Amino acid sequence: METRNRGQGSPVPTAPAGTETATARASKWEALASSPEFRRLITAKRNFIIPATIFFLVYYFALPLGNGLAPKLMNTKVIGNINLAYLFALSEFVMAWILAAIYIRRANRVFDPLAAAVRRLAARMGVGA
Amino acid sequence: MTTTLWITAIIVAITLGITIWAARQTRTTVQFYAAGRKIKGWQNGLAIAGDYMSAASFLGIAGLIAFNGYDGFMYSVGWLVAYLTVLLLIAEPIRNTGKYTMADVLSYRMSAGPVRSAAAISTLAVSGFYMIAQMVGAGVVLHLLVPGFSFQLAVVIVGVLMIGYVVLGGMIATTWVQIVKATLLMAGAVLLSIMVLSHFGFNPLRFFDAIAKVVDKKSGLNFTQPGILYPHGKHVFLGPLTLDKSTIENVSLGMALIFGTAGLPHILMRFYTVPTARAARHSVGWAMGLIGAFYVMTTFLGFGAAVLVGKAKIGNSNLAAPKLAEFLGGGHNTFGGDLLLGFISAVAFATILAVVAGLTLAASSAFAHDFWMNVIRGGKESEREQVTVARIAAVGVGVIAVFIAINLPTANAAQLVAAAFAVASSGNLPVILFTLFWRRFNTVGAVCGLIGGTAVSILLIIIGPGLNTVPAAHPAFALSNPGIVSIPLGFIFAIVGTYIGEALGGDRRAVAMYPEIEVRSQTGVGAEPSSVIEERIPAVV
Repeated sequence: METRNRGQGSPVPTAPAGTETATARASKWEALASSPEFRRLITAKRNFIIPATIFFLVYYFALPLGNGLAPKLMNTKVIGNINLAYLFALSEFVMAWILAAIYIRRANRVFDPLAAAVRRLAARMGVGA
Repeated sequence: MTTTLWITAIIVAITLGITIWAARQTRTTVQFYAAGRKIKGWQNGLAIAGDYMSAASFLGIAGLIAFNGYDGFMYSVGWLVAYLTVLLLIAEPIRNTGKYTMADVLSYRMSAGPVRSAAAISTLAVSGFYMIAQMVGAGVVLHLLVPGFSFQLAVVIVGVLMIGYVVLGGMIATTWVQIVKATLLMAGAVLLSIMVLSHFGFNPLRFFDAIAKVVDKKSGLNFTQPGILYPHGKHVFLGPLTLDKSTIENVSLGMALIFGTAGLPHILMRFYTVPTARAARHSVGWAMGLIGAFYVMTTFLGFGAAVLVGKAKIGNSNLAAPKLAEFLGGGHNTFGGDLLLGFISAVAFATILAVVAGLTLAASSAFAHDFWMNVIRGGKESEREQVTVARIAAVGVGVIAVFIAINLPTANAAQLVAAAFAVASSGNLPVILFTLFWRRFNTVGAVCGLIGGTAVSILLIIIGPGLNTVPAAHPAFALSNPGIVSIPLGFIFAIVGTYIGEALGGDRRAVAMYPEIEVRSQTGVGAEPSSVIEERIPAVV
């Protein structure tokens, strides 16, 4: 029953931190959080998600900044009357789709098995449902 | 305009049929709020797309491009890229830790009373702005297309229908109305795009040659060039810095979209309808495919309207897409013209209905689940009573929204939606991120972030150029997109609040619960199960 702790859910979870049950419960989760299985998942996720987030933010904001600060460059015609500003904007769609596809693939193949290992460990430790 | 009315009536009849079917399977809270968590990944992807592509995007962006060229297309770009924030940072942790609302995730660590109350306020603010924008849009469009309908009558019709969907069919009906609408909208956009391209021999270069011939009189720029909507050369002063106003408006708009989408309660709520975090991830993939394809097609809808119909004949910028449809069908008062105009107008109407249904559900669950059930009743309410309260709340939210919208016929729909994004990005997102990823974050920080971020973004909009179609001449705050100021302030409020909370004696529960939320959000240990299907990957293999 110790899975439901929403602050104000069923009677068990409302036990505030400091009482014995809450401390025992918190230490179990802490053990799980510092387990090698969980750290492996977090490291794998971090190594992908942080660079990916920085990359898409830089790529995205380069467009309005470029349009504002270098309008002459962005108005360069590339093919016929199609200019750099439009092609850059279109490339944002392609960038978003490719990055999403890479993340979903990585999550299915790498993160999901690592997360499943943590769930097995949690079940052995009697933590969670 | 009988064609428009008939096609609209058929679509409304289909959605009402869905609602009656859904009403039979909506008895428990998990069915009412989360469709029993039985929605499949691709279905939820379609529903997210249906929930997200609002009147502001279909009618609004097409109009912005038709009137301002390239700058309007910048909205399309931001609206899609925003989903990377949702996919990479928010969707899966939300599914793993929440139950029905955004506040479920926050109250995992924080004291439920204050955090749920604050989150209910910010949710009502975001959903309120968004909903009123949709209803004003619906009123204006329906009135212009069917002159027999007054603005007020149109708003009331939308209100009655959306209350019906939500009260009777809850999340199941809302989801399927959104799926039907997304399908219709995509079909309409593909049809119009192909017809626009056929006018240029399916040669994009000829299409762009025509766009480059459309010139904005004021700036002298042609429609392929940036700088028409937010003109270059004006300056804005932010503290000691003097900056180019055009650049700042565009960056600020981008920030509100990129950080705001992941804080929209009606979008977050959609992730509770799928069985697993994996399904939540796949639903974002589907949504990004659909939303991206749609926004690429705004090129043809918006520029097509600018080239083929022209600003003068469109008149009201919200009518760019319908007027383009009329032209492509054969013109005014021809059978083809009426048919296509009727179809696109009906799609626009269905679009608005699906979005307001999602918003009504988000707002009423914030009231019923967060405020009523968990704050007032201390979580001791029966399932049956909670569903009843949620239904009453949906009626209340709907009636209030109708009354406000009726009194705002001149409000600018795009500005109201921008206000919703500003509140979501400044009030909600910092608090969600810190709850998931910052060990020291505590209840005082969460309440300060939610209330402070919400208040400052609303204040900046009020003292800014204004919510009316005619902007104020000398506003106290120069920017119409407040994100660049309000988003950093939202983060600062949450951080300063956290330190104040620590100085006041700390929040031992918030810190003690961090390892638990960290593990749960990233792995799905003990996540809320689907009401019928087993978790696809069992905890013990």
